[in-house]
Amino acid sequence: MRIDLDKIQSYIAPNSHVLDLGCGNGELLLHLKERKNVTGIGLENDEDHILECIKNGVNVIEHDLNKGLSHIDNDSYDVVIMTLALQAMDRPDLVLEEMLRIGKQCIVTFPNFAHWKARWHLLTRGRMPVSDLLPYEWYDTPNIHFCTLKDFEVLCKDRNIRILDGDVVSEKGASKTLAALHKNLFGETAVYHLTRSV
Amino acid sequence: MSSEKPKKDQLANSVGIVSPQTMHFSEPLTLANGRILESYDIVYETYGTLNKAKDNGVLICHALSGHHHAAGLHSEDDKRPGWWDHYIGPGKPIDTNRFFVVCLNNLGGCHGSTGPASINPKTNEVWGSDFPMLRVRDWVESQKRLGDALEISQWAAVVGGSLGGMQAMRWSIEYPDKLRNCVVIASAMKLTAQNIAFNETARQAITADPAFNQGDYLVQDTLPKQGLSVARMIGHITYLSDDGMGQKFGRELRSGSFEQGIDEPLEFEIESYLRYQGSAFSKSFDANTYILMTRALDYFDLAREYGDDAVAAFKHATCDFFVVSFTSDWRFSPQRSHEIVNALTHAKKSVTYTEIESSFGHDAFLIPIQRYQRAFSAYMQRITISEEGDH
Repeated sequence: MRIDLDKIQSYIAPNSHVLDLGCGNGELLLHLKERKNVTGIGLENDEDHILECIKNGVNVIEHDLNKGLSHIDNDSYDVVIMTLALQAMDRPDLVLEEMLRIGKQCIVTFPNFAHWKARWHLLTRGRMPVSDLLPYEWYDTPNIHFCTLKDFEVLCKDRNIRILDGDVVSEKGASKTLAALHKNLFGETAVYHLTRSV
Repeated sequence: MSSEKPKKDQLANSVGIVSPQTMHFSEPLTLANGRILESYDIVYETYGTLNKAKDNGVLICHALSGHHHAAGLHSEDDKRPGWWDHYIGPGKPIDTNRFFVVCLNNLGGCHGSTGPASINPKTNEVWGSDFPMLRVRDWVESQKRLGDALEISQWAAVVGGSLGGMQAMRWSIEYPDKLRNCVVIASAMKLTAQNIAFNETARQAITADPAFNQGDYLVQDTLPKQGLSVARMIGHITYLSDDGMGQKFGRELRSGSFEQGIDEPLEFEIESYLRYQGSAFSKSFDANTYILMTRALDYFDLAREYGDDAVAAFKHATCDFFVVSFTSDWRFSPQRSHEIVNALTHAKKSVTYTEIESSFGHDAFLIPIQRYQRAFSAYMQRITISEEGDH
């Protein structure tokens, strides 16, 4: 099971209407439907994922997220979710603003570029970090906008986005303990629960 | 005589030999335009078996030039199967091992159901120009009556491409409790001005043919073949894409030569192809039906009576929706399907949408395309139907 599911689930009220941006095979929406009785739709651009969604009984709409979300009305959803895709968007800042326009709340997860392994990689080798989680070279990676927890929080402050909660999730027990000590150094994946400032 | 083998191949995964049936309706049908059709016939075919719960029926709504013969062969000597044979049959997306499939020829058609070429029982003469204009809702009403007569309690799905998709959408808001799924392929909630313009040009080609005789050509014993042929050629161009046409025909010559010093008439492959298509169509289709069907297309506007608010219209629906479009379709472009999907999501309906890469233009919905077949199959397979108890 994906490590971020429990955290995301904890942010979602039962019976919410949910939009999952880049929903993959629909795993998260299925999970939320079972546990929180959400109604929801996923947007996805990959044809294999779309087929899996259809087979899984997940409502999926074929859509390229970089084409924007302007076709969706304000406040259409209770929660808009984007997991591990923000860093691949043309303009993550505009995507965030759009997510908060169409949803009352939003949840984003992204790989933390300030994780110690990434820092160590850059420090010792002097090259852009390549890991199991992010196996691409700098020139062919779809992840064009990496950021750290701190960077993200600065953006939220600049754009008047209210952080309801921010946390990190990690795969192994040891890294979990460490992450509790220093999120920006030991947290692999960041999970943020956001809303508009009033 | 032909050998046994090719026929077997043709019948593999096929519904096999089928025969159309006719149902007579004597209860008058009040039409959207106020006129009344006192009685009428509907020709239809069925494939598969209706289960005991009568909840595995799938209604196929046909497009502009379609008819009731959607799958299988009429005889072993039939050269071509029904128009949607790639998608209807055992193990195919509309799986006849699970579903009881009903496909009819719509009223106003020219393949056996009551239409402009039928005899008006009141006058004992061919209806011709006096046949009432029909709207999509009139078809839905007559389809509803056919479903009732076949004792379908609730359609597992109402399915249609193009003009057929319009019928499926109308079903979803007119009879929400009569269907569980609505499959809308390469369709639109209303035609654009450009789309109406193509239809009008086609109609003008027909009505300008002297043999048209204001629609009463059958009484006058003439046939507007030339006009209908041109109308079909216009339509056909718009059903293909520029790329698709280029790939298939390019600038290949059927006859003649460009060589200097030779003066003989040239014919491009595309000219010959269109002429052949137009000519074949003009011998098998009724000109008044063509006018009637294109008018129904033009008049259709799903949201008109809901204050032009498609979201308000779809709020009446309770079924799930599966919407499909094709990238190179410019007659019913993906943009039109986006509009449908947006209205459905805003109405908080359950909707799945996929946009299939294809160079076949609008015709793509009839053609076997692997990704389309897979997605369509996956969607149809997830429709629940009652298990057949012991016999």
